[in-house]
Amino acid sequence: MSSGPSVSALQRLVEQLKLEAGVERIKVSQAAAELQQYCMQNACKDALLIGVPAGSNPFREPRSCALF
Amino acid sequence: MCDQTFLVNVFGSCDKCLKQRALRPVFKKSQQLSYCSICAEIMATDGLHENETLAALKSEAESLKGKLEEERAKLHDVELHQVAERVEALGQFVMKTRRTLKGHGNKVLCMDWCKDKRRMVSSSQDGKVIVWDSFTTNKEHAVTMPCTWVMACAYAPSGCAIACGGLDNKCSVYPLTFDKNENMAAKKKSVAMHTNYLSACSFTNSDMQILTASGDGTCALWDVESGQLLQSFHGHTADVLCLDLAPSETGNTFVSGGCDKKAMVWDMRSGQRVQAFETHESDINSVRYYPSGDAFASGSDDATCRLYDLRADREVAIYSKESILFGASSVDFSLSGRLLFAGYNDYTINVWDVLKGSRVSILFGHENRVSTLRVSPDGTAFCSGSWDHTLRV
Repeated sequence: MSSGPSVSALQRLVEQLKLEAGVERIKVSQAAAELQQYCMQNACKDALLIGVPAGSNPFREPRSCALF
Repeated sequence: MCDQTFLVNVFGSCDKCLKQRALRPVFKKSQQLSYCSICAEIMATDGLHENETLAALKSEAESLKGKLEEERAKLHDVELHQVAERVEALGQFVMKTRRTLKGHGNKVLCMDWCKDKRRMVSSSQDGKVIVWDSFTTNKEHAVTMPCTWVMACAYAPSGCAIACGGLDNKCSVYPLTFDKNENMAAKKKSVAMHTNYLSACSFTNSDMQILTASGDGTCALWDVESGQLLQSFHGHTADVLCLDLAPSETGNTFVSGGCDKKAMVWDMRSGQRVQAFETHESDINSVRYYPSGDAFASGSDDATCRLYDLRADREVAIYSKESILFGASSVDFSLSGRLLFAGYNDYTINVWDVLKGSRVSILFGHENRVSTLRVSPDGTAFCSGSWDHTLRV
C-alpha cells in the first residue's frame, strides 16, 4: 500500500517540530533594533554605502602617473 | 461428486513464534511469510495500530506546525520598517560599472571573490572556470571542466585553490599554481559525490572542508584531503539550490534554500536542522547571511527577496514591488548590511534599503539575466555575472 510518509518518517518529523517549537525566540522589535544598530555601527565602513574618495578607489579608471 | 476446494494447510514452524502449527501465508511489507493463525491475528491488529499511529502522528505534526506559527506570531509585535522609521533615508546612489570581464564563451553561472579582494573565480555553462584579477581584468587561470553547466564555484580562504561542480554531480578542487607548465586539470581532486547536479559549494573557514548543496535534496560536508563525507543534511523535499555559511564569529551553522520553497538553518556539527522558514511562494534561488549573522536574506522566483531574523525565528521584511515580475536569482548584502543587492531575471539589479524595505536604486547594464552577484570581501565593490557571458564589477 502506498500511503504518503511512513510511520518512522512522521515520527522523525514530529520530533523535529517539537525541537523547533521549543526554540528560544526574541521579539521582532528587539531583533529589528539590533539589526538596525549593526547597520548604523558599520555604516561608516561600508564603501558601497558612503562611497570612497576617487583617489583610493581600487577600481577607478587606471590613469598614467606623471612624473615631474 | 462434490466440488470442494481444499485449503492446503502447510504445517511447520511459524515465522514469528516459531511454534509448530498450521501456517497461513501472510504478507508483510511485500514479503511473504508464514504465520500460525494466532500470530496472523496479532499481525492483523498490529496493522490497525500502525494505521492509527500514522493518523495520530500526522495530526500531531499538523498541530505542532500550528503551534510553531502561533509562537512565532506572538512575538511579532512590530515590522522592521516601522522600527527603522527614525533612521535617515539613503540618498541617491550612483553606481557605475567599473570593469567588464569578457572571456566566457557562454552564460556565466556562478562567481566568488578571493579573500584578497581582487581575485575572483567564475564558472559558466560551457564548462570553463576562469580566475580573474578584477583590477586589471586579466585572466590568471582557466580550467575546462569535463561537464557543462558548472553551477557552483568557490574560492578557498587561502586563495590557493578553487572548487567547482555542476552536472557532473561532483565537486572538484583544483589547486592554483602559477607554474605555466603545469596543467591545472591534472591536479584535480574530486571531493564530493552526489546523486544529482551540484548547485552550490562553499569552503568552510579552512581549505580543508567543503560544504555542498545538490539537486538530490541534500547538503553535505566533506573533507578535502580524503574526500570523506563528514556530515550530511537531510530535510529538503526538493532540489537544494543555494547555501551560505554563517560569518565566522557566530558559529557553525549554515542556511540552505531549495525548490521546496523552504529555507533551512542547520548545525554543521550535529547535522540537525535548527530552524525552517516557509514563506516564499516559489523556488528559493539564493540565500545570504546578514553580516552580523543574526539574519539572512533570500531571493526567489516569486520576484521577492525576504529577510528572516534567526533570533525572532520569522520573516521580518519583504522586498518587492508590483513592477518586478521576474525572479531574483542572487542576493548579497553590503558590508554594513544596510544595502541588499539583488540580481533579477529581467536583466537588472535592484538595490534595496534593508531597514526601510524600499528600493534605493536599479542598475542596468547586463544584456541577459543576472545569474550571480557577490559583494567583495572588503565591501568596496560587487560583481555580477550574467547569461550575457560577462561579469561586471
